[in-house]
Amino acid sequence: MQLAVTTENTLLRMQADLRRTLQKPLPERHWGMVIDLKKCVGCNACTVACKVENNTPPGVTYNIVIEEEIGRYPNVTRRFLPRPCLQCQQPPCTRVCPVNATYKRPDGVVVVDYEVCIGCRYCLVACPYGARSSDFGHFYTTGQTPTVAEYDLSPSYDYGREWRRNPEGPHNSPQGNARKCHFCLHRLDNGMLPACITTCIGAARYFGDLNDPQSLVAQQAASPHVMRLKEELGTEPSVYYLL
Amino acid sequence: MNWRVIGIGILGIVLLAVGTPGIADRLIHGHANAGYGTPIPWAMWVVLYVYFIGLSAGSFLISSLIYVFGVKRFEAVGRMALFTALVCLMTSLLFIALDLGHTERAALVLTRPSFSSPLAWIVWLYTIYFILLLAETWLAIRSSLVEGSNGKGLKAFLYGILTFGVRDLSEKSLLRDRNLLKILATIGVPLAIVFHGGVGSVFAVTIARAYWYTGLFPIMFLVSALASGGALLTTIAAFVMPNGLTKHKDLVIGLGQLLAMLLFADVLMEIAEILVSLYGTVPAHFIPIYDQLFGPNWYIFWIMGAGFALLLPLILLTTVGRRSALWTGLAALVSAVGFVGVRWNIIMPGFAVEELPGIGQAFFEPSWMYGPYVPTSMEWLVATFLIGVALVVFALGSWVLPLGAEPNVHEHQAAFKAGAVE
Repeated sequence: MQLAVTTENTLLRMQADLRRTLQKPLPERHWGMVIDLKKCVGCNACTVACKVENNTPPGVTYNIVIEEEIGRYPNVTRRFLPRPCLQCQQPPCTRVCPVNATYKRPDGVVVVDYEVCIGCRYCLVACPYGARSSDFGHFYTTGQTPTVAEYDLSPSYDYGREWRRNPEGPHNSPQGNARKCHFCLHRLDNGMLPACITTCIGAARYFGDLNDPQSLVAQQAASPHVMRLKEELGTEPSVYYLL
Repeated sequence: MNWRVIGIGILGIVLLAVGTPGIADRLIHGHANAGYGTPIPWAMWVVLYVYFIGLSAGSFLISSLIYVFGVKRFEAVGRMALFTALVCLMTSLLFIALDLGHTERAALVLTRPSFSSPLAWIVWLYTIYFILLLAETWLAIRSSLVEGSNGKGLKAFLYGILTFGVRDLSEKSLLRDRNLLKILATIGVPLAIVFHGGVGSVFAVTIARAYWYTGLFPIMFLVSALASGGALLTTIAAFVMPNGLTKHKDLVIGLGQLLAMLLFADVLMEIAEILVSLYGTVPAHFIPIYDQLFGPNWYIFWIMGAGFALLLPLILLTTVGRRSALWTGLAALVSAVGFVGVRWNIIMPGFAVEELPGIGQAFFEPSWMYGPYVPTSMEWLVATFLIGVALVVFALGSWVLPLGAEPNVHEHQAAFKAGAVE
């Protein structure tokens, strides 16, 4: 009972934080995330919510949960590491793009311009976290069912635009493009939290403006128990992990 | 008519025919039937792209020995070297164009480049290099074009067009050709070094792949480009040019000795990299090297790379190759082919280590499978097709253009006088 109350409270709190942040000009925002690894049970609800929200095809996934079995029998346990795009402040992926199709927005979110990306996949190679996928044009139901299922043909709404992929013939963007987590920018713009945040059954994820000292996410990120992945590379991720 | 050129052309046509289903698949279904994917985004076509661009840079840099430094011994292979560089450049760009998710947008790198990317730099440098190569090749063969255009028939007509109306064969104009060629070739040397170093930097700057992220990497690219280009050029001099093994014996053996030095330099770099990486316990450095040497693809390192590309030719060139043009040619041929293995191992081990431990088990879907990369039939067939294109273009050029022809008397005079004037 107490858990349910806590969940609702943090979500409502973060939603209020989010709407407050939207009043600020873009360059003053710094969207970030804190993931509490003690609360993560490895259910992959975030992965599924992300798939549904962004309608990503086979082989394209913005969010994953990495599982590791640790310890020796009888002291064996599992460790879960949810991994969205870490939205680095010094992103190695954007610098290598030959046409500036991927870049960091003033609010810290690293985005891809689907209309410009030439599909060289250099950014996939350059990401130290494996956070980017390339859309190789697959569909879940081509060759599996008599007709391509409707959900396979339904559009996605990355970056607030409608994108329709083509099951036959020439590839339409985002087919052939690099794709990645964008913190559900299309939801943020409408005052909604990213899909992985609202769906998390353990309320393990915090989201908001790291520049806003009153926000829940900024307070969580100030804990002495936070860490970021591969700090030694100097990429300065905007996603923190609470240990 | 050179029967060897006809043979290359026929082989090329066969490869084109065999590879057609692959190219059709690639153009109709895009990348859906490829073996590369998100975990291994760059694969066989990128390896072959790097292989061919290395051959191009290598044969071009060796041509500069003739046109910049005036090494007379290699003069007869000069035009062939320039043309080979052109064909290899074209082939490598075809590979990378088909590797793009949106090939139709490739020109965006020219119209809206981001120069923080080494990729943007090298595309610009390739463009300059391509123009320079065309100009150099034209200057090198112009006198023969003018001479050949005097007769009758299709060839004379074509030569007439290719002279672009510059038909002056006076000593003064030949001297001007030579001087222009020297200037262009001199610009070409730093250009080739920078762009091929740039290709190495494309890999070397990626902090995500510790295997590539070393200062030695771009230098290794350059040295192995020189070695592979030298090997190809020696092969062509020995087996494709008319009378390669007899009249041009001295040239072939000379190229072979140069190749031996380049191979030796490459062996040194390989050893340095292997020993340093194996010494430590850093997985991202250790695993890619250990995998190359003792993993499932060990034969690419030991047989193709160390064996065919480097050590076997090195032994042959420093023993029987010192006197025999035939052995030199054979050693160079084995080396030129073996370098595909060196290229494979310079790139693919970069993907041997997962970005985050366990990431490979996090998700199971097509094009998201971690694990050993195996090229699919579509990839093999596209590669076959493009190599067919290269062979056909090479054969056509060698057949039609005056590439093997000796520099004529006028040119000798002009060059001699140029030397005398200096």
